[in-house]
Amino acid sequence: MTSWAVPDVLDRSRSVAPPGWSRWLVPPAALSIHLAIGQAYAWSVFKPPLETSLHLSGTLSALPFQLAIVMLGLSAAFGGTLVERNGPRWAMCVSLICFSSGFLIASLGAATRQYWLVVLGYGFVGGIGLGVGYISPVSTLIKWFPDRPGMATGIAIMGFGGGALIASPWSAQMLKSFGPDSSGIAQAFLVHGLVYAVFMSLGVLLVRVPPDGWKPAGWTAPAPSTVRPLISGADVSARNAIRTPQFWCLWVLLCCNVTAGIGILEKAAPMVTDFFSGTSAPVGISAAAGFVAVLSLANMSGRFVWSSTSDLIGRKNVYRLYLGAGALSYLVIAIAGNASKPLFILCTMLILSFYGGGFATIPAYLKDLFGTYQVGAIHGRLLTAWSTAGVLGPLIVNAVADAQKSAGRTGPALYTVSVYIMVGLLVVGFVANELVRPVNPRFHEPTAPDAPARAAVTEGGAAA
Amino acid sequence: MSTPVKDRRPLIVLAWLWVGLPFAYGLYELGLKVAKLFSG
Repeated sequence: MTSWAVPDVLDRSRSVAPPGWSRWLVPPAALSIHLAIGQAYAWSVFKPPLETSLHLSGTLSALPFQLAIVMLGLSAAFGGTLVERNGPRWAMCVSLICFSSGFLIASLGAATRQYWLVVLGYGFVGGIGLGVGYISPVSTLIKWFPDRPGMATGIAIMGFGGGALIASPWSAQMLKSFGPDSSGIAQAFLVHGLVYAVFMSLGVLLVRVPPDGWKPAGWTAPAPSTVRPLISGADVSARNAIRTPQFWCLWVLLCCNVTAGIGILEKAAPMVTDFFSGTSAPVGISAAAGFVAVLSLANMSGRFVWSSTSDLIGRKNVYRLYLGAGALSYLVIAIAGNASKPLFILCTMLILSFYGGGFATIPAYLKDLFGTYQVGAIHGRLLTAWSTAGVLGPLIVNAVADAQKSAGRTGPALYTVSVYIMVGLLVVGFVANELVRPVNPRFHEPTAPDAPARAAVTEGGAAA
Repeated sequence: MSTPVKDRRPLIVLAWLWVGLPFAYGLYELGLKVAKLFSG
């Protein structure tokens, strides 16, 4: 039965795939949402023109982005159960409406020079679109790709990283055309809202959930004796999942991994400049921008490459790599200092690839431990670790760098303490990963012994 | 009588182009910036 709150056309039952539906239509549906909402990371393009035209401080001009990230965490955490209940089409539609109307409200705010409307529109309304959109395709992708869940979620979450790559030059070009005054910013926001609405509509129209019991052609679920011990065949509800130590171990490891990555990401340009300022080959503004781009590439490709690798070597092993090799890379940076620029670039690229990989692999880790039943909702709750890390990472690096600068230090010495803090955090994350064990069966959802056997449906729609 | 299964290949191509083309543009712009690291 359709809930009163959900229009019939968006109901989960209306988005069940018809016979012959290809699962390869689902990743582009997911990407159309993630590539759009990934625009959030390109907010900095709007900061200088907003500061000049509306006479804002740097802190104030960052407010829409910060509120959007807070709303992302909150809406993913609290909206996850709704997303599971109402299905991916409903979630993608909500994301489209919120994200696009956020831009339209912000456009009105810029046109009327009412900055609070920009904050409300982009930050609050748009931020809800970010959170709901981020988790909207996760459980659907895992159900369509039971044979390669890491790769499937890796594609979508890579899209979130790729969104800023598209939006950053596109928004900058638009501001150049319309002008950097409030009227030009308003027009740019308006175009963003309209174009993203059209772009995201592909996801709403294309996304389908597999019929009950569907499995890829030629694939059979591995027998319990052959699967890795951490892969469970049982389901755990979101409500029960947060009562398990496994959920909190994953929360800690995600928080540590993200904090370590954000620490570099947030200060990449000044960091590389400071590191090599006293050497024979200092890094200029242009090269620093290139360094930021290299890190974005590592972050994005790590989401796909490492997450796909996790399908082969297992989730626990891949997090051992992220956290262990990440800690070693930080250690090399601390010891080598500014001795070698290629070594510094290589280590930071590795750390950022592990940062991206950590994000992209976590849905598949959750699926292994808690099953597919409410994996989207559990993922939403886990993203509060991201919000926490988003505050912790920049706070640590900035506070330490400021304190070292006040003490008269320069070059790599500005960052040595924070680099060692990151090593410590990654070790904590490593230990949390080692503590992950199979979920106690008392948390499993009961299976109805008298439930009618579901016909196994394979790719192509033929009942087997 | 079973209904014939539709050929979804054109839709798959269109869907991947829809997301692939903007992504390729983003990668191209990124490549231009990466080059600055080695020339700047």
